[in-house]
Amino acid sequence: MDMKREYYEDVQLFKSGVVLFWSAALLLGLFTFPLYAPNYYIYLLNVIMVHVILAVGLNILVGSTGQISLGHAGFFAIGAYGTAMLMSTFHIPFVAAIIIAAFVAAFFGFILGLPALRLEGPYLAIASLGFGLTIMHIIGAMKIFGGRMGLKTPVLDLGIPQLGLSLPVTNDLQKYYLILIIAVIMVVGAVNILKTRVGRSFVAIRDSDIAAEVIGVNLTIYKTLAFAVSAFYAGIAGGLFGFILGFFDPFTFNMILSIMFLVMVVVGGLGTVSGSIMGATLITYLQYDLFKNIAEVPYFGKFMLYISDKWFTTVGLENFSSMAIGLIMIGIIIFEPLGMFGIWIRFKKYWMTWPF
Amino acid sequence: MDHFKVENLSISFGGLKAVNDISFSVEKNTIFSIIGPNGSGKTTIFNMISGIYQPNHGSIVFNGENLVGLTPDRIARRGVARTFQNIELFGNASVMDNLMLGRHLHMKTGIFKGAFMWGRGSSAAREEIANRELVEGIIDFLDLQSVRNTFVGSLPYGKRKLVELGRALALEPQVLLLDEPSAGMNTEEKEDLNIWIKDIQADYKVTILLIEHDMKMIMGISDRILAVNQGQKIVEGTAAVVQSHPEVIKAYLGEES
Repeated sequence: MDMKREYYEDVQLFKSGVVLFWSAALLLGLFTFPLYAPNYYIYLLNVIMVHVILAVGLNILVGSTGQISLGHAGFFAIGAYGTAMLMSTFHIPFVAAIIIAAFVAAFFGFILGLPALRLEGPYLAIASLGFGLTIMHIIGAMKIFGGRMGLKTPVLDLGIPQLGLSLPVTNDLQKYYLILIIAVIMVVGAVNILKTRVGRSFVAIRDSDIAAEVIGVNLTIYKTLAFAVSAFYAGIAGGLFGFILGFFDPFTFNMILSIMFLVMVVVGGLGTVSGSIMGATLITYLQYDLFKNIAEVPYFGKFMLYISDKWFTTVGLENFSSMAIGLIMIGIIIFEPLGMFGIWIRFKKYWMTWPF
Repeated sequence: MDHFKVENLSISFGGLKAVNDISFSVEKNTIFSIIGPNGSGKTTIFNMISGIYQPNHGSIVFNGENLVGLTPDRIARRGVARTFQNIELFGNASVMDNLMLGRHLHMKTGIFKGAFMWGRGSSAAREEIANRELVEGIIDFLDLQSVRNTFVGSLPYGKRKLVELGRALALEPQVLLLDEPSAGMNTEEKEDLNIWIKDIQADYKVTILLIEHDMKMIMGISDRILAVNQGQKIVEGTAAVVQSHPEVIKAYLGEES
């Protein structure tokens, strides 16, 4: 079953025929999804895929390198604003704009990585939290970014309109395919990074930084690189997210969003790509769909609404959403520290060894 | 020119002179052992050589270049590899990954080439395969086949010591620092290790610096021995000289009263 005949099998993308089959099936399902799904779910899946890109990137930083970040909404904002501004102000085509914006985010990631060389754990969490908030307020204070009034995204055009090669992407369905392709590229990229030299160095830094140094891993380079890579992913995700929304303001990228990203990674499973995908999917679904409609659940919904109106702040069921996600996070940390990935592994073991 | 030379090396932590004015030089492709009671500064010497501590003064010259002031990763790049007394492995990675990390310096794949590893023809994949074959040689040599894909954290102590030795070998070093490699091993494992160290010296053409408490092993394989006590050098010489030196006997057995 697990017999390997050559070393390439250790590094190839699909470890076995079974994995290849299910990956292909999943992709096929995603590509044909719009044929039988209502439009709202296409919008939801767009958001999910953007969060998947971000969670995969954040997991490289938090899970694999062992550095915490509570400021990823900042990189997300840089990606969103950068892409929109480059396209509307400088008339740069979308593909170039989103890549440049992501590199700008990566540069800021590198900057945040520098204090991270000397900070650990809660101190780094506070530093990155401050970074996220700073980005939000700087953008809010600057007129060229639309200030607090927000920014409207330009028309998403995949071609180069100046040369007459126009390929507009307007509705959710077209955006769906665009985001899907980018998400697949980003996820495959992350899988490959973690399997090769750079990813191994990240893991080495997490497990023992002294040993990592002694075998020749330059801590300065690789710690900041982890931040840069993670911020690059957030930048790409942010660029796409702006177009899903069509309009955003600085407070779209608030602190709660950063915390949500961290929740996705922890609930999904630290240090694994598939875990990030599962976590981002679950948390986004809960937040955007299930918890929004909780009021329609008989009795329980009414009860929650009553409690929330009676004792909590005026935002209504948002309260319930935050509480429920907090409870999920606590539950995961206590009962399954490996997250959904751990649950999946146990399920797989049970299945393979059934009936014993 | 001396191959590896330590001159007037000193470091103090607060008021404690952990290592005080120690000098020695090591010939190429020999086994040089450092012995001494607990707390005599043996590991501190290793930590200064590999750049984890910065000595207060003195120099460590390797191939004509002073290693003092370089960061640990640069020293590794110069060809100095080491193991640790209390095992510093990457616990959540497999044995194979740990050994592959030893190849870090000899590989080139960066972030972009790694991310776009597609198919066996890509340069990233070719480099992975070539280095995995090389690491397989070390796995064979140290008899680690049965645990190749096991997580290091779940291995017994003796095996972990071997994985760490393997990781140091994967660096293809010119100088190998072994900090108590036989600690926690049973007699049989110790005998194997004895042979392996001899083989490493012969096959990999490395200079070995060894810290060890097992006197039988030390006296059997060392070309030269340095005895230290409380950060001071007592004597340096061949096994026979060191064994019969009165200060060494005093440090180990105490004085007759």
